[in-house]
Amino acid sequence: MIALLWRDLRLAMRAGGGFGLGLAFFLLIAVLVPLGVGPEMSVLGRIAPGILWVGALLACLLSLDRIFALDMEDGSLDLLATAPIPLEGVVAVKALAHWLVTGLPLTLISPLLGILLNLSWAGQGWLLLSLLLGTPALSVIGAFGAALTVGLKRGGLLLSLLVLPLYVPTLIFGAEAVERGVRGADALTPLILLAGITAGSAALLPFAAAAAIRVNMR
Amino acid sequence: MSIWEYANPKKFMQTSEAILPWAAGFAALAMGVGLIWGFFFTPDDFRQGSTVKIIYLHVPAAMMAINIWIMMLVTSLIWLIRRHHVSALAAKAAAPIGLTMTLIALVTGALWGQPMWGTWWAWDPRLTSFLVLFLFYLGYIALWAAVEDPDTAADLTGVLCIVGSVFALLSRYAVNFWNQGLHQGASLSLDKQENVADVFWMPLVISIAGFVAFFVALVLLRTRTEIRARRLSALLARERMA
Repeated sequence: MIALLWRDLRLAMRAGGGFGLGLAFFLLIAVLVPLGVGPEMSVLGRIAPGILWVGALLACLLSLDRIFALDMEDGSLDLLATAPIPLEGVVAVKALAHWLVTGLPLTLISPLLGILLNLSWAGQGWLLLSLLLGTPALSVIGAFGAALTVGLKRGGLLLSLLVLPLYVPTLIFGAEAVERGVRGADALTPLILLAGITAGSAALLPFAAAAAIRVNMR
Repeated sequence: MSIWEYANPKKFMQTSEAILPWAAGFAALAMGVGLIWGFFFTPDDFRQGSTVKIIYLHVPAAMMAINIWIMMLVTSLIWLIRRHHVSALAAKAAAPIGLTMTLIALVTGALWGQPMWGTWWAWDPRLTSFLVLFLFYLGYIALWAAVEDPDTAADLTGVLCIVGSVFALLSRYAVNFWNQGLHQGASLSLDKQENVADVFWMPLVISIAGFVAFFVALVLLRTRTEIRARRLSALLARERMA
């Protein structure tokens, strides 16, 4: 499993792996929103939690179809399916690899974008914490969506249609935690609920995703 | 004699053929009576005026929108566990009806909300979760349409329906948390205190019965169509083989 993790990370890091694309996209969103909304700092500061969360979600979405599609094309997914580790484990490792190359970097640069969007200092900590707790859920849910559409030739658009409604609870609790943090209200409750969603989906969704992959490989 | 006998397509076709006209007739009767009674023979509400009458479309459609998803969940589970094709086809047949019901609930709600709340749309928990439900229906139908092999499509949409149900429920409570509601509480409840006034109650219940029968008739009809389409493609495949 660790070997698989290293393989996926190396593949993502090397040329054409798409590492950094998500980050650039995230940065672009943080640049485009002020251009669209106007440079008023107080407005930006108020909508920053939502913008950053939506941005993180879309940036995450961008690289989802890579989780399984490339392995399906060159046949390595068939080998992984017949390997001694269970397919559920493969899914979990691949979701983890996806998180390490998209969710984690997104989380780490988010304070920088928070400054661009005039997020208050109180909000910064909550943003970092909520992204850290919430982005793993995005990767796992995304892995499930990718598993559903892995057999399709042009599944990209369908993948977003399937995955985005599933992101709703994560987005609500994540953005709410930051928003409450900015206001100085009780931000711990949404944060705990967010962590609950992450824990629940990380525990259960690999089974659903593995089932979907088995169906697609029939 | 067990319920699983109806999983046999031939048996299902026979039974549904017998039920279909009755369900359709009852639907027409109940919807006709409920809606006409509701629209023309109930008094105006003292605060909402005649706009209250949209309740006879709005409440049944909203109830059906949720219950059709639950029906799809049950049929998906039956398909995934017992592999009865009729069950998967019934789920497929129900989805567009559910989508339409969700849309009816949203549109009638907007029409009512404009004069009453002064806005077509508010980000109220109920409204928002219905919009999310609408997206779930869209994704489900799109996945059915995208996958070519019917059994693969049935499996994948079945898994999606189960996972989607969990997340739809989560979203329902998440939006509650996110915004306070503008929408009134339940119009119908087993608790008598919460019910709408008696004059509105009877036509509403008749109308709901009509919507249920309407759904049954439509879903039977659409499942029959699916089964016939499946038979046709099997015949064509056999033709090509020969």
